[in-house]
Amino acid sequence: MNDWSLGHLADPAQNQQPIDIAGQDVAALLTQLQMMLRIRLAERCLADGKRDRLIGGPVHLGVGQEAVAVGVAAELRKTDRVFGGHRSHSHVLSMGSSLHRLFAEILGKDTGLSRGMGGSMHLWDQPNGFYGAVPIVSGTVPLAVGAALAAKMQGGGDVGVAYLGDGAVEEGVVHESLNLARMLKAPAIFVVENNLFASHMHISLRQPKESTARFAAANDIPYEIVDGNDVVKVRAAAARLIERARAGHGPGFLEAVTYRWYGHVDWREDIDVGVNRSAEEVGVWRKRDPIARLVAGLQALGLIDADHLAAMETKIAEEVAEAWKLAQSDAYPPLSALTSRVFAGAGVTQ
Amino acid sequence: MSGTRYNYGTAMLAAFEYLLENYPEVFVIGQGLWSPWYVGNSMTDLDKKFGAHRVIDTPVSESACTGAAVGAALAGMKPIVVHPRMDFMLYAMDAVVNQAAKWSHMVGGQAGPGLTIRTIINRGGEQGAQHSQALHAWFAHVPGLRVVMPATVADARDLLIASVLCPDPVIFIDDRWLYDLEDDLPPVVERSLDSARPQCLRSGADLTLVASGYSTRLALEAAALLQQQGISAEVIDLRVLNPFYPDSLVISVTKTGRLLVLDGGWSPCGMAGEVIASVVERIAPDTLKKSPARVTLPFSPAPTSRVLEKAYYPSVAMVVSQAGKLMDKVC
Repeated sequence: MNDWSLGHLADPAQNQQPIDIAGQDVAALLTQLQMMLRIRLAERCLADGKRDRLIGGPVHLGVGQEAVAVGVAAELRKTDRVFGGHRSHSHVLSMGSSLHRLFAEILGKDTGLSRGMGGSMHLWDQPNGFYGAVPIVSGTVPLAVGAALAAKMQGGGDVGVAYLGDGAVEEGVVHESLNLARMLKAPAIFVVENNLFASHMHISLRQPKESTARFAAANDIPYEIVDGNDVVKVRAAAARLIERARAGHGPGFLEAVTYRWYGHVDWREDIDVGVNRSAEEVGVWRKRDPIARLVAGLQALGLIDADHLAAMETKIAEEVAEAWKLAQSDAYPPLSALTSRVFAGAGVTQ
Repeated sequence: MSGTRYNYGTAMLAAFEYLLENYPEVFVIGQGLWSPWYVGNSMTDLDKKFGAHRVIDTPVSESACTGAAVGAALAGMKPIVVHPRMDFMLYAMDAVVNQAAKWSHMVGGQAGPGLTIRTIINRGGEQGAQHSQALHAWFAHVPGLRVVMPATVADARDLLIASVLCPDPVIFIDDRWLYDLEDDLPPVVERSLDSARPQCLRSGADLTLVASGYSTRLALEAAALLQQQGISAEVIDLRVLNPFYPDSLVISVTKTGRLLVLDGGWSPCGMAGEVIASVVERIAPDTLKKSPARVTLPFSPAPTSRVLEKAYYPSVAMVVSQAGKLMDKVC
């Protein structure tokens, strides 16, 4: 990887084979499959809701990228501190958040994860380890470093996790954050979901090299570059970096190469506006489906049959439908919320 | 007053020591903290006393360091970020304005970063446009940021402690032109930042002078000179610019009928204008004996050349002269 090309990882015609699950914990894989399905069906529901104008604000969907969050979250605990960005439904759900509260948030309801004050782009579920996601690109990256530094000071072996995209590494603060994390030996895990696109622009039009891990190398941070559509490989790489960070050896950098099936925002595929994004390419990437490949890997060893899978899908689809229905019937925040939540401290009147 | 003698700088040092001694979750992060060059006598040897792991001198990265403090605050720490010159803090505006200020509101009040960002107005000395700015009005414009400007030795210590113990993000702005102020202070008593309202530092009957930070010192010096000319000026120090509580200002101006506001920033969309508007919209028009006035910087960046610099910053003489106009006198 010395030329910082992603090679076969960025070639959708490769890595379509069933996932190699030899030696893996089958129960854990089934749990991960369930979680990936849950995320996918939830996002499909959101895509439809947006198309049908039931959702007001923008929704940035990550269908096709589910294995990254699920693989990383398999190595996390509730006392870790996870931060995300504009495309973070998978990040929050993978930490165990309620579907109903996610949907309620996106519909602006008082029962939502952020009490209806954030929508899809400002998600929060700190009790589950999800400290927050915001849409300013790279905005939470230094926050994750600080939460990691706090973890180091607090001594519990917890880590901070910053999910960011390949576009975010073009922001200056990411480079400051990498250097700072390295110099403070903060247990920060930088997870780059390199889906090759920032909004409409392909990475080849934005950066001279495809692999963002070159910035980890420049900052003397250990890195792993993996097929982001292979939950087993994502988890294994995350485990190595997280274990090292928990043991006090400083930050790690995981680059997971993946692809989003929808366009930058909402339910469209953005074929027409995408630079270097063709229907043909999207079609090939769909064959590198992280869910279908895990199912194929399980089926190859006879660990899941068609009935089992169908039952799993049906159950999750029912959960999603139920959560969506419930969220729609929830109440909106009171008008007092306009000004009452600005300060955490009591006694402030403006 | 009896007590321990401090100056404005050592009063802040005492606050840092109090916080680091009593609150294990307090840490300090910023540039220059292991050097005597940057922060005067306000942080001397803190790193030696409390350890370099709690008093962290950093890479040249205002943005990441401020963002990291926001994240650490969300994770239960009470960080104090130090920007020895406010101008350099502009690199950190995303962490301050988009993240820290908005966090509580956008997560429904369920979490908020209780961090203090101490930044210093450090002008004069022919330093020019990028080492001199007083941008307190910018910060006071943003919902979710508390903005504190200590003008006295007591406030330098006690408001720093109150800021760090506050659960909200606080911009604490001290001023290098106040470091020689001295006072005797009693032992620390913790107070809520909510209790820090505008404070009358000198009573008067003829006109009301309102100021904050170094401008409060100008106002007090001007009031003393005005007294010699038979003019009785009341001086009110704002102390906290956001949240801003104008009630005591309204009471004062109702009494004096004249309002002169001093501010170390620029006039357009600035704090002086906010003070005047807040008072005027709360009093009956015939209460005012004269139109309110303000003394601010010329609307230009700070110059370097000493002749221009001398003309740039408001002086006591300018304040006295402006006050005289409100009294229809030549002062």
